[in-house]
Amino acid sequence: MSGAYYEKIARINLSTGEIKVEKLDLELAHKFIGGRGLGTKILYDEGVATVDPLSPENKLIYITGPMTGANAPSTGRYMVVTKSPLTGMIACSNSGGIWGAKLKYAGWDAIIVEGEAPKWTYINIEDDKIELLDAQEYLGMMSEAMDTALKEKHGAEASVLNIGPAGEKKVLMAAIMNDKDRAAGRSGVGAVMGSKKLKAIVVKASRRNLDNIADVDALKAATKRAMDVLMANPVTSSGLRQLGTAILVNIINNVGSLPTRNWQESYFEKAEDISGEALAEKYLVKAGACYRCPIACGRIINVNGHITGGPEYEPLWAYGANCGNNDLNVIDECNMLCNEYGLDAISVPCTIAAAMELYQRGAIKEEDCAGVPLEWGSTKALVEWTKRIGNPETELDWLMSSGSARLCEHYGMPEISMSVKKQEMPAYDARGIQGIGITYATSNRGGCHVRGYMISPEVLGLPQQLDRTATDDKAVWAKTFQDLTAVIDSMGHCLFTSFAMGAQEYTDLLNAATGTNHSVEEVLEIGDRIYNIERMFNKAAGMKPEDDRLPKRLLEEPIANGPSKGMVSQLPLTLPQYYEARGWVNAFPTDETLKKLGLDECVGK
Amino acid sequence: MIEVRLFATLRQGREKSIMLDSKEFPTAKDVLDHLDILPGEVSILLVNGFHKTPEAQLEDGDVVALFPPVGGG
Repeated sequence: MSGAYYEKIARINLSTGEIKVEKLDLELAHKFIGGRGLGTKILYDEGVATVDPLSPENKLIYITGPMTGANAPSTGRYMVVTKSPLTGMIACSNSGGIWGAKLKYAGWDAIIVEGEAPKWTYINIEDDKIELLDAQEYLGMMSEAMDTALKEKHGAEASVLNIGPAGEKKVLMAAIMNDKDRAAGRSGVGAVMGSKKLKAIVVKASRRNLDNIADVDALKAATKRAMDVLMANPVTSSGLRQLGTAILVNIINNVGSLPTRNWQESYFEKAEDISGEALAEKYLVKAGACYRCPIACGRIINVNGHITGGPEYEPLWAYGANCGNNDLNVIDECNMLCNEYGLDAISVPCTIAAAMELYQRGAIKEEDCAGVPLEWGSTKALVEWTKRIGNPETELDWLMSSGSARLCEHYGMPEISMSVKKQEMPAYDARGIQGIGITYATSNRGGCHVRGYMISPEVLGLPQQLDRTATDDKAVWAKTFQDLTAVIDSMGHCLFTSFAMGAQEYTDLLNAATGTNHSVEEVLEIGDRIYNIERMFNKAAGMKPEDDRLPKRLLEEPIANGPSKGMVSQLPLTLPQYYEARGWVNAFPTDETLKKLGLDECVGK
Repeated sequence: MIEVRLFATLRQGREKSIMLDSKEFPTAKDVLDHLDILPGEVSILLVNGFHKTPEAQLEDGDVVALFPPVGGG
């Protein structure tokens, strides 16, 4: 029974132009679910861990999960899995919209792109038909304009994924955009696409639903239970729709954990100006939703007369407090620029924040800045440097576009970079919220909040309230959140469903759609397996135990101001507890752990 | 005095921030009653940045922050 998988993968070699159709290994799919899990397993088995991420030898996998496109809540997700040029480790960037569902409806579980095209190319998919077309005329185009142009050419029913100028130039923080304002944002996946001279993928599909569900009645019943849970929960039924993720600005500031001026402070006096409440009052046009999503957390806003996707909490913080800026309109504009150039709207502003601290400390001089000094809160600097990072020309442009870790290393101040594994950390100070620091330090893709969102129990009280300052129980919580997240990602659901849904709901949906008969424990073990195969990819890629770390600032500099003043991260205490919970020694799984998880192929590696 | 900060939908029909006399409001519950907010409407209750229940005792100079059910990431 192929339930919810079309058992078809397209392998496209851009160097030769060859397009092969391969059969999905169903047993492997069940063992890794799909999406993030299966994509990583394929890359690991094909030896991608040791290649240069921007060489033709790297592979770029666009992959759906079994639930992608299913008639179940929040199933518009697909993932881009590759070796990251930013971190040199595994990348899996997840995006919503409708593109992923259309890829699935066209009958493809995944597209594997290899090689490098001799000239700029885009892929056009219409159900079974896949063709490579000339993309020369779209070079230099902004992402939204290219989306419009390709829809004009291929029809309004087409869904478009593309890279903007940043990806073309292989900027290490380049994102892949789809459906205009949705982004597979992190870890520089857009640079890998650019390195292959692949500008876009257009998808059209005849299907309007999955027609291969294993047990349609069981899926209907599981979906009804999931919807009941989502609608009974005030966060997923109305909270996110009303104020989006932006509501967090005021919450996190009020717990004294809103990193400010590159984490030199953790309470921003002007947070109200850049808050979700201010966004709703001044710029919100309406809530927006990805495909089949009842939560509708998206913000459709008016930016200087242009109706477009608005900033999430992360860019509000990163372009706001973290750069000492309280001009909300400029944040909206910079967020739009990130979407247009195809940039990671977390890493880019965090790199600008690091550069502002380098400027504050005299490492970057005014004369280096080509007329736009990197002063705290300078709105001109935020706009101009975002453009420069998106289309770099000068030496400093290129340095900035390589991310904060390389930038700060260049100036001999590596600890100014607030990053883990060379990827910038997101908007929660791990000194004030202890559990999130464990997930930052041990995230396989580097600094990240969606690899185990400990903010949910530590701040939001979901599913229960934990003391954010406590350390004794956080390691096991962190591991459990990481494992469940790996399952949700791999299935093709949006992670936000987990504000209300638990492991039982996901297990029921998965079993109904795919015809498996997993227990909740088995599903969580799959999540554990996925986390471990990612870790083994990183080990093969050269990761060292010391890469599971937090910047020294979080361990040695107590929070300077606000309600969490005086706190530091207790990672030296919690990290060994975490490794014990995982069955790891010195950051890597023991052979016993690998065997227990059915990863025998990794034993001894 | 106690500073009470209201957020998101709790601002509807109320001020963003109000000052109350600590002598008249010994607990957070007293503040909620005064503002006509049911405990079930509040999902995050912070006193000086730390999560508390409505029974929490208040002192002069405290900052109380009240949020309805919200999520994000």
